[in-house]
Amino acid sequence: MAAAVEFDNVTRRFGEIAAVDGIDLSIDEGVFFAMLGPSGSGKTTCLRLISGFEQPTEGHVRIFGANSERIPPNARPVNTVFQDYALFPHLSVRDNIAFGPMVRGVSKRNRYAEASRALDMVALTGFDLRSPRQLSGGQRQRVALARALVNKPRVLLLDEPLGALDLRLREQMQDELKALQKSLGITFIFVTHDQGEALSMSDRLAVVNRGKIVQVGTPEEIYSRPKSKFVADFVGASNVLSPELSARSGGAAAWSSLRPEFVRISRGGHANLSGKIRAVKYLGATRRVTVDVGGAEITALVEANSPLPSPDSPVGLSWSPEALHAMESE
Amino acid sequence: MKAAPGLPAAQASALARLSDAFWRHPRIFVALLLLLPLSWLGVVYIGSLSALLLQSFFSIDEFSGLVQYEFTLKTYRELLTPSNFDIILRTFLMACAVTVAASIIAFPIALFAAKYARGRLKALFYLGAMLPLWSSYLVKIYAWKLILAKEGIINWVVEALGLKFLLELILSTPVIGGNSLSVSYIGTFIVLLYVWLPFMILPVQAALERVPRNVLEATADLGASRGQALRHVVLPLALPGIVAGSIFTFSLTLGDYIVPQIIGSSRRFIGQAVYAHQGTAGNIPLAAAFAVVPILIMAVYLWLAKRRGAFDAL
Repeated sequence: MAAAVEFDNVTRRFGEIAAVDGIDLSIDEGVFFAMLGPSGSGKTTCLRLISGFEQPTEGHVRIFGANSERIPPNARPVNTVFQDYALFPHLSVRDNIAFGPMVRGVSKRNRYAEASRALDMVALTGFDLRSPRQLSGGQRQRVALARALVNKPRVLLLDEPLGALDLRLREQMQDELKALQKSLGITFIFVTHDQGEALSMSDRLAVVNRGKIVQVGTPEEIYSRPKSKFVADFVGASNVLSPELSARSGGAAAWSSLRPEFVRISRGGHANLSGKIRAVKYLGATRRVTVDVGGAEITALVEANSPLPSPDSPVGLSWSPEALHAMESE
Repeated sequence: MKAAPGLPAAQASALARLSDAFWRHPRIFVALLLLLPLSWLGVVYIGSLSALLLQSFFSIDEFSGLVQYEFTLKTYRELLTPSNFDIILRTFLMACAVTVAASIIAFPIALFAAKYARGRLKALFYLGAMLPLWSSYLVKIYAWKLILAKEGIINWVVEALGLKFLLELILSTPVIGGNSLSVSYIGTFIVLLYVWLPFMILPVQAALERVPRNVLEATADLGASRGQALRHVVLPLALPGIVAGSIFTFSLTLGDYIVPQIIGSSRRFIGQAVYAHQGTAGNIPLAAAFAVVPILIMAVYLWLAKRRGAFDAL
């Protein structure tokens, strides 16, 4: 498969600060790619380097094999869904969507027809003449999506597009975006700080921290085999065991991660570690139990209806050997 | 009633009770707050404007020179006599010219200030735009008289550059030309443009300031060139600011009587006509009728602007 976007040792500095710091990355054509990282990690700058609003200080960004440095944003085969949608407030929904075709010189009749089809695609049939001000957040989001997709980009960039939506709407849009990407078959590059969103939607994802890519892989790889403490903690709040603790509990003498949902709590019998229950937090379907194992704490996710020893009572923690994953670095 | 535990008991002092009453009846509080400004606006401002309007429907007795307090449209008919109508037309055209020129000059300055200037540069912009408003209006105009005079710096520079023939060519244009810049309509235009320009720059800059950066980026992202972005997005979004600014430049030019008095030919503008008729001539009705003209022109202008959708992006 050809690479849609490649980062070749790309650095982008703002004064002293390197927002993007020597990134190498290759994003295949036709995949749903997520960039996950805390705010200020440089993931949005990566997106802006692809769309052309930022230029690399060092290195090259290649789009379909071509160096992009001299190509201005309006000539790139990419379109962006902006964070707060960036709809044109003085234009109707139809004119917003028809903006791309208009500047390319498509006749009014044809571009309005294209706009109507794009509205069908995002389930907003008949909204042509509304003003963006009359729309809800979710509807604006769809208009922004239609406005980008009507240009038939080969790469669609989405900058935290679901951040402003409420939980239910966000989950619905996640499913729709995923389905849309499948049916269109184009590359989606999706920036988010929400690990659940990144895991559930993407084919591949990159975890970004402090301008560097910490790990790239499929959601399963990243979730179950994090490379470092940062990934283990940021993606799904894993338990991180020091080499000493890992060895004590029967694993390798290395920094290791242990997913809370793999930890079983028992009273007596065989256990990898033993300790005392410190806190229990009710989360609806599950309970998060914090256990003091002497100098460290391990959290376990247990079903809310399972019986639980009372606080401060001694318990045993156990897990299957493959659940404890030794990481490459600290 | 006993106070709920944890809440302080009802306050005792008169001031505190008054404060409590206001809190319980916010409408009364708002009404009290608005009483003074509204009575100022109602009595002093609207009241005198109505008195002016009323005056314009009276007329003056040509023999005695006394005002006749009878309703008539005679004074308005007088406005349409060639000499008076010339004054109106001249003022109107000057206001149009100043407004158009001010919006053309102000737009790039405002765009730069709103979207490109940062930090110190932005402070410099505000200073530059506001500074002319800090000094006395009269001092500025007399300064301009010196600048534009035959012995002034413009003439001197033009002569030094060997371009005197060009200036003379411009000044030889009928109607707008004259003996020197300071006694021509061109001079009046330059000075009016100078004194009213800040009133155009600031609203346009405010309008552009409200346009988010990513809206401008979206134009490029969707394939628009800079020209297309300017035409289809930036200008329409700046339009409410331009209209607001033009209300200032247009109405201030329509009403000004000092600039044309000091700089320009001796032919009158509306402001000068009002000044002369209410003063030495003692023809208050005609002065009032003249004063109504700018109000009517502005009303028509705003109505047209609203109909063309100039305020839709507000």
